[in-house]
Amino acid sequence: MILDPVHWTTLAVMGPLLAGLLAMEGRPRAIRLGLVLGMGASVSATAGLWTTVVREGPLRHPLGGWGMPLGIELYADGLSVLMLAMTALVGSAVSLYATAYFGDISQRRVRDSPAGRGARFFAPLWLLLWGSLNGIYLSGDIFNLYVLLEIMGLSAAAMVTLAVTSKATVAGMRYLVISLVGSMFFLLGVALLYTVGGTLSLERLAQLELSGPLPAVALALMTVGMAAKTALFPIHGWLPPAHAAAPAPASAILSALVVKGSFYIMLRLWVHVFGGGAREGLLVLGILGATAVIWGSIMALRQLSLKRLIAYSTVAQLGYLFVMFPLLFPAGGGWSPDAWSGGLYHALSHAVAKAAMFLAAGSMTYAVARDDIRAISGIAHRLPMTFLAFGLGGLSLAGIPPSGGFVAKWLLLRSAVEQGGWGWAVLITVGGLLTLAYVLMVLRYAVDQTEEPPEFRDVPRRMEWAAMGLAIAALLLGIRATETLSLLEAGGIVPWR
Amino acid sequence: MTPLALYTAAGVGLFAVGLWGVVARGHLFWKVLGINVMGGGIFLILLAAPPRLDPAQADPVPQAMVLTGIVVAVAATAVALGMALRVAARTGLPFLEEDAGDPGSGGGADERGRE
Amino acid sequence: MTPVLDWEILPLLVVLSSFVPGVWIMFLQEEQKGLRTTLNMVGAVAKVLLVGLMLQGVGAGAAYEWRLQVLPGLELSLIGDALALLFVTLSAVLWLVTTVYAIGYLEDSPNRTRFFSFFSLCVTATTGLAMAGDLFTFVIFYEALTWATYPLVVHRGTPEAIQAGRLYLIYTLTAGAALVLGAVWFQVEAGTVAFAPGGVLDMAAVEGAPVRYFSLFLVLLAGVSVKAAFFPVHGWLPIAMVAPAPVSALLHAVAVVKAGAFGVTRLLHSLFGIEVAWEMGAAGMVAGLAAFTIIYGSIRALAQDDLKRLLAFSTVSQLSYIALGVAFLTPMAQAGGLVHLVHQGIMKITLFFCAGVLAQTLEVKKVSQMAGVARRLPLTMLAFSVAALGMIGIPPVAGFLSKWYLGVGALDAGAPWVIPVLLASSLLNAAYFLPVIRTAYFDEPDPDRWTDRGHSRRFEADWRLVVPTVITALLALLSGLFGGIPWSPLGWAELIVDRRIL
Repeated sequence: MILDPVHWTTLAVMGPLLAGLLAMEGRPRAIRLGLVLGMGASVSATAGLWTTVVREGPLRHPLGGWGMPLGIELYADGLSVLMLAMTALVGSAVSLYATAYFGDISQRRVRDSPAGRGARFFAPLWLLLWGSLNGIYLSGDIFNLYVLLEIMGLSAAAMVTLAVTSKATVAGMRYLVISLVGSMFFLLGVALLYTVGGTLSLERLAQLELSGPLPAVALALMTVGMAAKTALFPIHGWLPPAHAAAPAPASAILSALVVKGSFYIMLRLWVHVFGGGAREGLLVLGILGATAVIWGSIMALRQLSLKRLIAYSTVAQLGYLFVMFPLLFPAGGGWSPDAWSGGLYHALSHAVAKAAMFLAAGSMTYAVARDDIRAISGIAHRLPMTFLAFGLGGLSLAGIPPSGGFVAKWLLLRSAVEQGGWGWAVLITVGGLLTLAYVLMVLRYAVDQTEEPPEFRDVPRRMEWAAMGLAIAALLLGIRATETLSLLEAGGIVPWR
Repeated sequence: MTPLALYTAAGVGLFAVGLWGVVARGHLFWKVLGINVMGGGIFLILLAAPPRLDPAQADPVPQAMVLTGIVVAVAATAVALGMALRVAARTGLPFLEEDAGDPGSGGGADERGRE
Repeated sequence: MTPVLDWEILPLLVVLSSFVPGVWIMFLQEEQKGLRTTLNMVGAVAKVLLVGLMLQGVGAGAAYEWRLQVLPGLELSLIGDALALLFVTLSAVLWLVTTVYAIGYLEDSPNRTRFFSFFSLCVTATTGLAMAGDLFTFVIFYEALTWATYPLVVHRGTPEAIQAGRLYLIYTLTAGAALVLGAVWFQVEAGTVAFAPGGVLDMAAVEGAPVRYFSLFLVLLAGVSVKAAFFPVHGWLPIAMVAPAPVSALLHAVAVVKAGAFGVTRLLHSLFGIEVAWEMGAAGMVAGLAAFTIIYGSIRALAQDDLKRLLAFSTVSQLSYIALGVAFLTPMAQAGGLVHLVHQGIMKITLFFCAGVLAQTLEVKKVSQMAGVARRLPLTMLAFSVAALGMIGIPPVAGFLSKWYLGVGALDAGAPWVIPVLLASSLLNAAYFLPVIRTAYFDEPDPDRWTDRGHSRRFEADWRLVVPTVITALLALLSGLFGGIPWSPLGWAELIVDRRIL
């Protein structure tokens, strides 16, 4: 074979980064070419890694032949590939949407307008972000994770400020500060772990089976840092303003993908490196997650801004990802494969559904030029496909069958019931109903025909189709989950201890 | 107290001071500075890591990490200061205003400045 | 006799025969009336033909199973066995007549594209859950039914309709959440969610933890009983009557409420097993609850002046006959309950059709406006009388057979208390139906209270409204008269019980 499969890992990271540099050049052709190349690299690398990992199990790739400790080693297993696939799927749809959303950048008038900043810088920032996300999922050592986290944080915060309002600027700045501080906590944890273990490799740290106060402190510090970046209650306050103020394609990326990057690191640390850590820690994460589910949903119900409502919904839905932690390691010892598949399937379906909702919401606010639930009254008749995309995404989020969210809910519930965790089971059920409440609130305004929106701008078809494509994907995830879930078993479930 | 323990203690102290700066000071310049102080503390701890192979020889890995870390910190500081300047330009003040969250203001991008 | 067709994919085709037109219609323009009507009719006729093929095959001993793995241990499975076909045939046939009726009823009203799209999706969900081979598939279609019916309930878009739709969603979505929780719990306890004749639970296991299994039963019952309109969760049904008449007819006489009643049957027979359910007291509780609902619904119906609300409370009452019958151990009671699924459907849809004709032709919506209406609408009121007499249980209309089988079956099962319940219910049925018939035939007409929209040339009203009404009334009469032959609803119900596939 000409191409060793390990090079797919290089392509997944370097492809989008280089494409981002190309797009930075700024001419419309460079931007379009960059997007196409970045998308192509991500999608093909994901496909290549998927088949390789399913066939051969986890693969490792010391970049340039330099091994640990000084070299950088990339690592891919089923979990990595699932996250890559999620990023590739959502990322491609959002890229497509963005090319229409920011207007025709080959026109000088669009380029020079204040919003032209978005047209000019969205693609390079997004490609940079895409590369860093892929890198995080493929990273084999914790310091490398830190560097990629910083690239992710910087480009994500900058994307918020692509919107030219002062709100967006302030929200982006707050996001940047939180993100940088979170990274510092993570880096302190890295330093402590290195002091104790003398290695940076995730796998080797796991084999050391670290215990004692210093590793515990390191884990706690890294958890705080990642929780801040994942907007875990109560450090969630920065998320709604930032995700709501960003341009719609950026909101979709931030809510669907970026928060998953830091969540993934947390999962790797707790599950793979620390083998579950301490039961008390898992419970704390679970309870905070549960609070987020309830609090985020209630706050979502109280919003009048459409995008802010969706952003609060992200806070709530991320809560489920933390409810997963105590479920993974049942009180009596052992491991719950249902919680593992269910939690990760939730991460995947949430990404797809949430991106569909944000893109659809973006089309609605684009059409009426206001981000207000009351302003979208009657939009279901103007933009039926966008309305349908929003609805299907919302129902998947609420776990209504058939949808990816339903499969995830079923698995998480089964894990909870098996362990006799009735509190968690009730929470998952009630959380679903609360989700329905706020999704229906939006749908009700959208079908209301009593008043016509004052002004209405046509929405490019490409934007409508991008959202619809994701919504259909969310639906299909509920009809066939076997391949995706079997991917998670490639390389063993808890492979490293 | 060994020099290594001293370095570590000083590093933790710097981290705490920097964090305090970020949390307690409202001015964005202080916040950015605080983050840099936090980073300095971490670098100190990294340099204090015990030698791994040969006690007479310093461990090259932490040194590489500190070097990389400094590069990252420079980039992050540049972006943060640039954004802080823009905040000051847009709102008139280099502070993070409380977010009101009223409708119609969330999706700023869609509201104005497009055409 | 050999099956004409033994494709395993047949159940899926039955589901798709309404799903494809439903989705297609969603993307049509309001003006594309011809294409829309064609799609509707082709789908409806195709479904009846496919179901006919399956009926013939099952009668000849074939089994139709279609499966798709969703994830290891959970699959979408559609099974066309005798029990499923009882319900599928009912929905397919009644969907065909209701489609004709609805095309006439909604002539020139707005949003028909949306209406017919969701109308088809409703039947898709109903046939899907009828043929569901396991609880997972059942849950999927059961929830889908909620979402497919909601746009129909709020179709008129009036504040009243929106309010009714809201209540409908609150009831059904909460129940849906309980059903999902119960289904997952059942899978954990039993290790499977597949439906099996005689149930899948082990008697010894249930006796080992009676409280746990009873709670499990209660959670699942909460899930299905809302759509079955058991007291005290029946409140949505009368309020949902704001929907247009064809919706009330098909959905609140056939699809939605029957989904609930069918769910209760599946819960008692295919999941817990009726013996286990009796042993743990669950079946007894269902029987008691059903008996109470029978009386309660009838009493509430007495006080209604609004015709559709009267019919709705009558539905609440009549539905519980099904649950009452299938909750007993004796074959006759079970056959009586099952056949009432069909009988009540045919009779009630006739009554709703008549209510629709009255509302559409004369704008008569209340019993008090119906004086002498039979002179103006003789065929309609004849159909109404046939169905109403059947509801009361007067031979030879179908309802009599159900009640007879139920009564005898309950006596066999050693539950003589059912007889007074049946008698009281029949008396109450008479007490609220006979005055309607009396005023329609014998009171002096009062045309001032009508807004007559005129005749069609040959019929007393639009033929698309009258013909379906007469057909269903005839069906009610025929299935009563020919209850003894194998292909009648009763014959089929007995086949189900005899073959032990309940």
